[in-house]
Amino acid sequence: MLEILSYSFMQRAFLAGILVAIICPAIGVFLVLRRMSMIGDTLSHVALAGVAGGMLGGIYPIYSALGFSILAAVVIEKLRKQYEQYAELSIAIMLSAGIGLATIFISLGNSSSAIFSYLFGSIGLVSNHDIFIIFILSLLIIISIIFLYRSLFYMAFDEEAARLAGVKVKWINLYFIILVAMTIAVSMRIVGVLLVSSLMVIPVATSLQICKSFKQTFIYSIIFGVLSVLIGLIASFYGDLAPGGTIVVSSVVILFFVLILKGIKRKIKS
Amino acid sequence: MEKVLEAKNIYFGYDKNYILEDANLDIYKGDFLGIVGPNGSAKSTLIKIMLGILKPQKGSIKMLDSPIEKFNNWGKLGYISQKVRDFNSSFPATVEEVVGANLYNNMGFFKFLKKEHKSRIKEVLDIVNMSQYQNHLVGNLSGGQQQRVFIARTLISNPEVIFMDEPLVGVDVNSQEQFYGLMEKLNKELGITLVMVSHDIGVITNRANRVACVGNKKIFVHSSKDFNEQEYIKEVYGENSSLLHHRH
Repeated sequence: MLEILSYSFMQRAFLAGILVAIICPAIGVFLVLRRMSMIGDTLSHVALAGVAGGMLGGIYPIYSALGFSILAAVVIEKLRKQYEQYAELSIAIMLSAGIGLATIFISLGNSSSAIFSYLFGSIGLVSNHDIFIIFILSLLIIISIIFLYRSLFYMAFDEEAARLAGVKVKWINLYFIILVAMTIAVSMRIVGVLLVSSLMVIPVATSLQICKSFKQTFIYSIIFGVLSVLIGLIASFYGDLAPGGTIVVSSVVILFFVLILKGIKRKIKS
Repeated sequence: MEKVLEAKNIYFGYDKNYILEDANLDIYKGDFLGIVGPNGSAKSTLIKIMLGILKPQKGSIKMLDSPIEKFNNWGKLGYISQKVRDFNSSFPATVEEVVGANLYNNMGFFKFLKKEHKSRIKEVLDIVNMSQYQNHLVGNLSGGQQQRVFIARTLISNPEVIFMDEPLVGVDVNSQEQFYGLMEKLNKELGITLVMVSHDIGVITNRANRVACVGNKKIFVHSSKDFNEQEYIKEVYGENSSLLHHRH
C-alpha cells in the first residue's frame, strides 16, 4: 500500500489531488445551492479552449485556461443581466462558444495526446511547476471561501435579504464566479476538464443526503470529495486508468452507498 | 408624538399611469399600522417605496429623520417581504444559521459566529418562542414556525420598525392567533413600531391601532377604533362603488 507513495509523481498527484478535493466541493456547495451547477460545466469547456489555445500559442496551458475561463466568467455575469429572465441562456451561449473555440484550436494543432491528458486528467504528468501553481491558487481559493463563507451562505439562502443586511451582493457574485473559473483551471490537471464539474457537484449531492445543517453540508462535501480523490488516485495508479474517470466513478459509488445506507436506516426505523 | 416615517406628496406609477398620486403618510413611534386596500392598489408598492427599494417619481420619504436616499442604518429596519418563505425548502440550513445570518454586520473580518452572537440568537428565538427548534432545518418547519424564524431574524439587529408584507399568507388560523400575540409583544413590550400589509381587513382593524387604506391613488389613515367599512369602500373605490359592495 505504501509503495504507491514512494514514487515522486504519485506524491505530487496526491498533494494536488487533495487540494483539488477540498476546493471543488467547497465551491460546489454554493453552486448547487444557488442552482448554478451548470456554470461549472460551462467554464470547464471554456477552459478546454484555453488549454488548446495555450498549446497552440506556446503558453503554459494552466495560465491560458485560467485567462479564458475568468474572461468567460465575467462575460456570463454580464450576459446574465442582458437575459435576466433566461439566466441559463447566458450559460448555454458560453458553453457553445467554449466548445466551438476548443474544437478549432484542437484541429489547428497536432498535439491530441497532450489534450487527452487535460480532458481526462493525468497523474504521471503533474510537474513541479503544476504543483506550485495549484498550491498557490488553491490557497487563495480556500482563504477566499473562508472569508466569504457567511455572505455566500446568506446569498444562497435569500439574496434580497442578504442585500438588505449589508452583503455586497454584486461584487461577491462577480468574485465568486471568478473563483469558480480559478477552481476549474486548478483542478483540470488532475480530474480533467470534462469531469471537474462532477467533482464540484457529486460530493455535495452525497452530503445533502445526510446533513443536518449548512455547516455539516459544507464539511461533509469536502470529506466526500477527499475520499473520492484518494480512492480514485489509488485505482488510477494500480489500474493504469485516467484519474478523472476513477475519481468521478468513486464519488458516484460513494453517493449510491450513502443512498442505500440511508434507505436501510429508514427501513429499520419504520 | 415622534415620527418614524414621513411620506410626503408621493407620486408613483409606471409610464405616467400613477397608482399613487399626491399620497401622504405619517407613521409614529409605537404605532401598529395596518395597510389595507383592494388588490392592485399599491399596498406592497407603498412598503417598497417607504423602504427605498422603489423610487417614487415625485415626493419625499423621511425615515428615522433622514431622507430615504441617504438612509444607511438598515439594522434599525426589519422587512419581511411576501417572498420570504419562497426559499428552497430543502435548503440545508438550521434555524440558528438563518437567524444568525442577519448578524452579518456585527461579525468580525472572517464572519464567524462567536459566543455573544449565539446567546443573542437564543434571546431572539426565545422572544418568538422557537428556541427549542434552534438546530432544526428551516425547511422542515411549518409555515407559521418559519414565519416566526424570519421575525427572529429581523429582531436580531434590534430594529425600531418592522415592515411586513402579507405575512400571514399560507399560515393556518392557529398560527395567525399566535402571530398576533407575538406582534402585540413586540409592539407593547419591546416598543417596536409595526407596519403590516394585510388583505384581512376584519382582523387587522382589530389588532392594529391605526389603519391606512390605500385606494383611489391616495392613502387614508384612520384610528382603528373609527374604522368604518362602508366609508372604507367609498374611499378606496370612489363614490360609485355600490356595485362592488356585495356580501356573500
